[in-house]
Amino acid sequence: MDTDFYLSTIWSVLKALPLTLEIWFFGVLIGLFVACILTWMRASAFKLARIFSQAYVFVFRGSPLLVQIYLIYFGLSQFDFVRNSSILWPVLRDPMYCTILAMAMNTAAYSSEIFRGALRAVPVGPIEAAKAFGMPALTRFRLIILPMALRLALPAYSTEIILMTKATALASVVTIMEMMGVAQKIQHDTFRPIEVLTCAGLIYLALNFSIARLFAMVEYLLSPHLRPPPEQSQQIKPVPEVL
Amino acid sequence: MKLSRWFALSALALISSAPAMAKDWKTVTVAMEGSYEPWNMTDASGKIVGFEVDILNDVCARMKVECKIVAQDWDGVIPGLTAGKFDVVMDGMSITEERMKTIDFSIPYASSPVAFIANKNGPLAKLSNAGKMIDLSKDDADSKAALDTLRKELAGKNVGLQVSTTEATFGDKYLKDVASVHEYKTTDEHDLDLMAGRIDVAFADTTYFLGTLAKPDAKDLAFVGPQFKGGPILGPGIGAAFRKTDKDLQDMYNKALKAALDDGSVKKYSMQWFKIDITQ
Amino acid sequence: MEVLTNLQDQFSTAINLLVQGWGLQLLWGIGWTLAVTFVSMLIGAVLGSLVAAAKLSSRGTLKFIGEAYTTVFRGEPELLIIYLFYYGGTQILTGTARSTGAIGATDIINMPSFIGGVLAVGIISGAYQAEVYRGSFLAIMRGELEAARAYGMSAFTRLRLIIVPQVLRLAVPGLGNVWQLTIKDSALISVTGVAELMLSANKAARSTHHSLLFYALAGALYLVMTSISTPIFSKAERYTSRSFVRPK
Repeated sequence: MDTDFYLSTIWSVLKALPLTLEIWFFGVLIGLFVACILTWMRASAFKLARIFSQAYVFVFRGSPLLVQIYLIYFGLSQFDFVRNSSILWPVLRDPMYCTILAMAMNTAAYSSEIFRGALRAVPVGPIEAAKAFGMPALTRFRLIILPMALRLALPAYSTEIILMTKATALASVVTIMEMMGVAQKIQHDTFRPIEVLTCAGLIYLALNFSIARLFAMVEYLLSPHLRPPPEQSQQIKPVPEVL
Repeated sequence: MKLSRWFALSALALISSAPAMAKDWKTVTVAMEGSYEPWNMTDASGKIVGFEVDILNDVCARMKVECKIVAQDWDGVIPGLTAGKFDVVMDGMSITEERMKTIDFSIPYASSPVAFIANKNGPLAKLSNAGKMIDLSKDDADSKAALDTLRKELAGKNVGLQVSTTEATFGDKYLKDVASVHEYKTTDEHDLDLMAGRIDVAFADTTYFLGTLAKPDAKDLAFVGPQFKGGPILGPGIGAAFRKTDKDLQDMYNKALKAALDDGSVKKYSMQWFKIDITQ
Repeated sequence: MEVLTNLQDQFSTAINLLVQGWGLQLLWGIGWTLAVTFVSMLIGAVLGSLVAAAKLSSRGTLKFIGEAYTTVFRGEPELLIIYLFYYGGTQILTGTARSTGAIGATDIINMPSFIGGVLAVGIISGAYQAEVYRGSFLAIMRGELEAARAYGMSAFTRLRLIIVPQVLRLAVPGLGNVWQLTIKDSALISVTGVAELMLSANKAARSTHHSLLFYALAGALYLVMTSISTPIFSKAERYTSRSFVRPK
């Protein structure tokens, strides 16, 4: 066992953790925003909006993220009008923005499906009751539908977000030195792929574990009504007669 | 009954597709990248052709062994070789001291200095010492001055090069602290990004760039600045790589390669693919 | 207008390049992608059902192993697992063969890229399939299991007549998702040199410098593959749940 090698590898890979987290955070954040728009379009009364949303989900869920990253990074830059555009090029010339864009667009497709499912799973009873009370649509959405849908969506959405941490590893194919990129660089310099990959694997595992814990906590806080009631044996004990 | 037969069949298929490599070297598996023009590249039918393929076929005929070419991304050639995925690597690989710690090389069959290309009309077109050959093995005042000028002129620029190459080592040593160095998986990816304008200058072997510059979509690109060769980083030339344990194969290969170099065959292939003799 | 002519040019070069032989390369790539996906799904089905059983087991150690399996293989980057199998497979094969004396001390047994890749993707697929099977098992009505037990059915008969048919029926939609996921994961084994669709597209893009064309084409072909599987799975869903549909 070459402990020094393992430790120095883990340390070098860990130094790239902020970059991985940056891709992950912005990818998820922008993705969430796009997903909300997509879900809204999917539920809208306009047929065109519904079709667009459906087509978007179909395309981005049906093809590998690797293809999407390549297409955005190497594919779009072939067009002169993209390179000459003063709006598109500053974004698309940067590998970091390209990756975040690809990740966000990809996760938006998955997340919008999760949100749609959650919205549909909200029971009809409370909504009808709210209607009967004469609640306006917006209030109904804010007070009845949204809280329930959020709780229903959270387990699936947290899984999706965890899956995004590992998707950041694909950024290494467009020259970004995030954790996987650094691991590959060390592997090239030392020619010891198995040891280096094992170190990187441990870090990803720890990262995912902590994110999963975080979400479990949020889920716990959001669903006090689903917790088992305090056990029968925990009855209020008689006050000891010390007074 | 049926099921067990299927299992037996698939087990057989598994074993027969993974033959133990025998020591008598009847067949040798050779890895190439298949996208390093014109050293080795893939044609439209999916076959790998190029300068190194011609050398390989020649050498294998002289060794009387059957050689099988497999495609392998550049960044996996050395780990793949040591892990036993294939027996030889021929991929424009420079013979360097650093690599000799892990693998062995044949005698060199070519030499290729490293150089920069950039946009003809860009700010880096007028890089100093244009076309000058700097021999790093001499390590004299001349090469130090050239390196200093280069570092000054590339300060703050985006330099593209391929991972795990001599250029990458060069970049780590001389450029990383002043310029922003981007490491690509393949050489053509940095060419694409140079054309797109994501990087200011690309850094690779001159022989490779000859191929790049011959392409119609590279009409705006040209060689800029000095060329470098030799020294501990760039090494004495380009050779085939072997595992350290396969001395017998390496000896066979060297003998056949020597013969091919002596009777001018390799020079002929060089003229055919590069239009110049790169065997010196 | 300029964009239009640009597109037209792209289109005619595209046809030219495809006829030259790259088209055939891509077709072969599709074949390999489907082969990889299919075999990986089978490996995943075996592993997935075992892991699901472990996760449902009442024994602590088994539960822990199952839990660890799904956490690790769903949480690690696929690329990392694939690289590990690619380099590690050969080392393990060679190591065992050398220590048992089957081969000489410097001989090497290579694990073919296809097998290494399929094992890696299969193991990842197994982690997702395990979750699907577990969910389906939990959705079986407790009452039926209890009734079967009350009838004195043996454990195996219960498995054969009550559990497996229902788990399969309930698992079909979930398996459809895993199938799509596995098709997409198979794109990553291009890094190990298996000539599947992504690698053929990559080769074509690198050799011809028409990256947009070939990546877009690859994307479209993946879409076709994932979308034809949807009707197949909904048909399977109808078939497996035929006894649950009320006749019209």
